[in-house]
Amino acid sequence: MAKVRKGIEVSIAMADAVAQANVDVIAAYPITPQTHIVEHLAEIVANGELDAEFVPVDSEHSAMSVCCGSAAVGARTFTSTSSQGLALMAEIFIISAAMRLPIVMALANRSLSSPLSIWNDHTDTMLVRDAGWIHIFVENGQESYDNIFTAFRIAEDPEVMLPVAVNFDGFILTHMIEPIEYEDDETIAAYLPKFQMKNTLHPDHPVSMGCFGMPEIYTEAQMQRESAIRESYPVILKAWDEWGKLTGRHYRPVETYRTEDADYCIVTMGSYGETAMEVVDSLRQEGEKVGVVKIRLWRPFPNEEFCRAVLGKKSLVVLDRAISFGGPGGPVASELRSALYQKEGAPVIVNTVAGLAGRDVSRNDFRKIILEGKAKAQRGETEGFDLYGLRG
Amino acid sequence: MKTIYTRPKCLKPAPFHYCPGCGHSIIHRLMCELIDEMDLQGRIIGIPPAGCAVLAYNYFDIDICESAHGRGCAIATGMKRARPDKIIFTYQGDGDMAAIGTAETLHAANRGEKITSIFVNNAVYGMTGGQMAPTTMLGQKTSTSPYGRRPDVEGYPLKITDLIGTLPGAAYVTRTSVATPAKILATKKAIRKAFEVQMAGLGYSLVEVLSPCPTNWKVSPKDSFIYLEEKMEKEYPLGVMKDITTKKKDS
Ligand SMILES: Cc1ncc(C[n+]2csc(CCOP(=O)(O)OP(=O)(O)O)c2C)c(N)n1
Ligand code: SF4
Ligand SMILES: [Mg+2]
Repeated sequence: MAKVRKGIEVSIAMADAVAQANVDVIAAYPITPQTHIVEHLAEIVANGELDAEFVPVDSEHSAMSVCCGSAAVGARTFTSTSSQGLALMAEIFIISAAMRLPIVMALANRSLSSPLSIWNDHTDTMLVRDAGWIHIFVENGQESYDNIFTAFRIAEDPEVMLPVAVNFDGFILTHMIEPIEYEDDETIAAYLPKFQMKNTLHPDHPVSMGCFGMPEIYTEAQMQRESAIRESYPVILKAWDEWGKLTGRHYRPVETYRTEDADYCIVTMGSYGETAMEVVDSLRQEGEKVGVVKIRLWRPFPNEEFCRAVLGKKSLVVLDRAISFGGPGGPVASELRSALYQKEGAPVIVNTVAGLAGRDVSRNDFRKIILEGKAKAQRGETEGFDLYGLRG
Repeated sequence: MKTIYTRPKCLKPAPFHYCPGCGHSIIHRLMCELIDEMDLQGRIIGIPPAGCAVLAYNYFDIDICESAHGRGCAIATGMKRARPDKIIFTYQGDGDMAAIGTAETLHAANRGEKITSIFVNNAVYGMTGGQMAPTTMLGQKTSTSPYGRRPDVEGYPLKITDLIGTLPGAAYVTRTSVATPAKILATKKAIRKAFEVQMAGLGYSLVEVLSPCPTNWKVSPKDSFIYLEEKMEKEYPLGVMKDITTKKKDS
C-alpha cells in the first residue's frame, strides 16, 4: 500500500488498516453494521493479499474465544462486532482483558435490544465499560483508520498487554464514504513493530493463563488489572505522539475546540464531535462563549486531562448516547460529575441523552441542546438528565 | 361463484418485506393456512428469529415472542414447560439454528421438549448480507467466501437436522423444500405433522425447509428455484430422518 488519499467507505478503510497492520488471525461473526469490515477482510485474505487466518465462527462468543486462543500463543489478533454480538461475547470479552491478551476490536457502536434496533448509539459499549479493555472513541473515517494502528501499538506494548476497542459510530461512520489518507506500508512497519509476546504459551517457558483465583488472591489479581490499565496511560500518549510525528495527525485523550475563552462547553464522544464543532462555530458568531470538549479515551479515564480542560468553566452540557436505567444520569455525565466532585472551579453539569438508536440529532438540535443546557445550568437545574426529543 | 383461494385468516393483510422470490413468504403462507385449518390461532405462540424473518409478527396474526439470535428453542422450552396447553413453534434460519443457536437447539431436542421448529435453510446469513453460514455448500460463493467455500479452511455443510434425527428426544425430524408446487404441498403436510406430534406430546419436532434466497445467491427468483432443486437438494437430500409415529405402527 502506498501513501494515498482516497474516497472510501470507512469500514473498508478500517479493514485495509487491519491488513496493513499485518494481523495473523481474524475471527468474527457477522452483525450489522460491522459486516463490511469483516467481509472485506475475508476478501483480502482469500485474495492472498494478507497471510492470515480468517475464521468465520459460529457466534461472537466463539469469536472472542478464538481471539483469546490466538492471542495467547502470540498471534496479532483482530475482531469486530456490534450490539448484540458484543453482549453475547461479554463473558469472554472480560476474560480476555484479565488474561492480558492484546486483541484489537473495531466496535461499530449500535443500540442494544429491546426493542431490537440496528442503529447507532453507545448502549453497547457502555455494557462493557468496566471490563478492563482500553476504549478509544473516534470521530471520522481518518481517525478510524489511524486508530487501528495506534490500538495495536498500545495493546501489544509489553508494558500494557491489554485489549483495545476502537469505538466508531455504526452507520454514521461504518457506512460513510470519506476522504481518508492511507499511510504507506513502510511507515506502518516502522510504527508497528512485529508482535513479540513475552508470556506466550510455549513448552520451553511454561505459563498458565486464566487460572482459578481463591479469595486470598482474587483481590490482588483485580488490583493488578487496575494498575495495568492505569499504567497504560503514558504508553497511549506516546503511541499517539509518535503517530502524530509520523503522519501529522495528532490525538489526545481529551480534545478541545474553542474552549480557551469559553464560559461553557458541550461534551461529546464519537462522531457527534464534528457536528458540535460546526454548531459551536455558528454560536460563536452570535456571541455565545461556548466550546467543545471531546472525550477520546474513555478507558483508562483521563481524569487529570479532563479536569484541566474544564475547571474554571461555568457549566458543561454533557451529551450521552445511552441511558443508565435507574442511575443518576447518563453514563458519561455520571462519570464526569464524579471526576469533578469537590474540585475547585468545577463547572456544573447538565446532562442530555440524545440520538438513541440512530435518531437524528441535527445541527439545529445541537443548538437547542447547547442553549437549553446553558439556561438550565443558569437556573441550577442540574439533577438527572433530559431525554432530548422525547415524543408524547 | 365459489371461492377456492383466499388469504388465510391469520395472515395479516400486510405486504411482505421479503425480496421477490424469497422462500420465507411461501413458508409463512403455508403456516398460516395450517394454523387456520387446524384451528390453532387462539393457542399457538410463535418465536421468530434474528434473521430475515425477524418481522414475522407483522404477518402472523398470532401471539409472537421475538427471540435473540439463536435462542428460540430455549425460549420455547420455557413457554412450553409453563404452558403445556399451548402449541409453541420456533421459526429459525440456518444461521440462527445451525450457527449461533446450535447448543440450545440440540439440547432442547435431546431433552425431548414438546416444541416444533421450522428451520428455513437458505445456506447463507440472509439478513446480514449473505455471508457464509455453516450450511453454505462447498464451492458456494458468499461475501465471506468470495471464491467459494473450501472444506479444508471453512469445513463442511453442517447437517444439523440429520444430527437431531439421531437424538432419542426427537420425535419427528424431516427435510422438505419449496422448489415446486408439489414440494410446497409436501412441506405443508410435514409442518402439519410436526404440530400434531407436538400436540400428541411425543417429543421434539423439526421441519427443515430448503428455501431460496435469490438476493444473496445472486440469481433471479426463477433461477433460484432451479438452484434450489439442482444444488441444495443434492447437498441436503429431502426426506424423513426420524418419525416415531411410524415406528410405533410398525411394531
Ligand atoms: C448475537 C447476534 N449476532 C449477530 C447478529 C446479526 N444477525 C442477525 S440475523 C443474522 C443471520 C441470519 O441468518 P439466518 O439465520 O440464516 O436467517 P436468514 O436471514 O438467512 O433467513 C445475523 C448474523 C445478531 N442479531 N445477534
Ligand atoms: S435476503 Fe434472502 S432470505 Fe432475506 S428476504 Fe431477501 S431473499 Fe429472503
Ligand atoms: Mg439463512
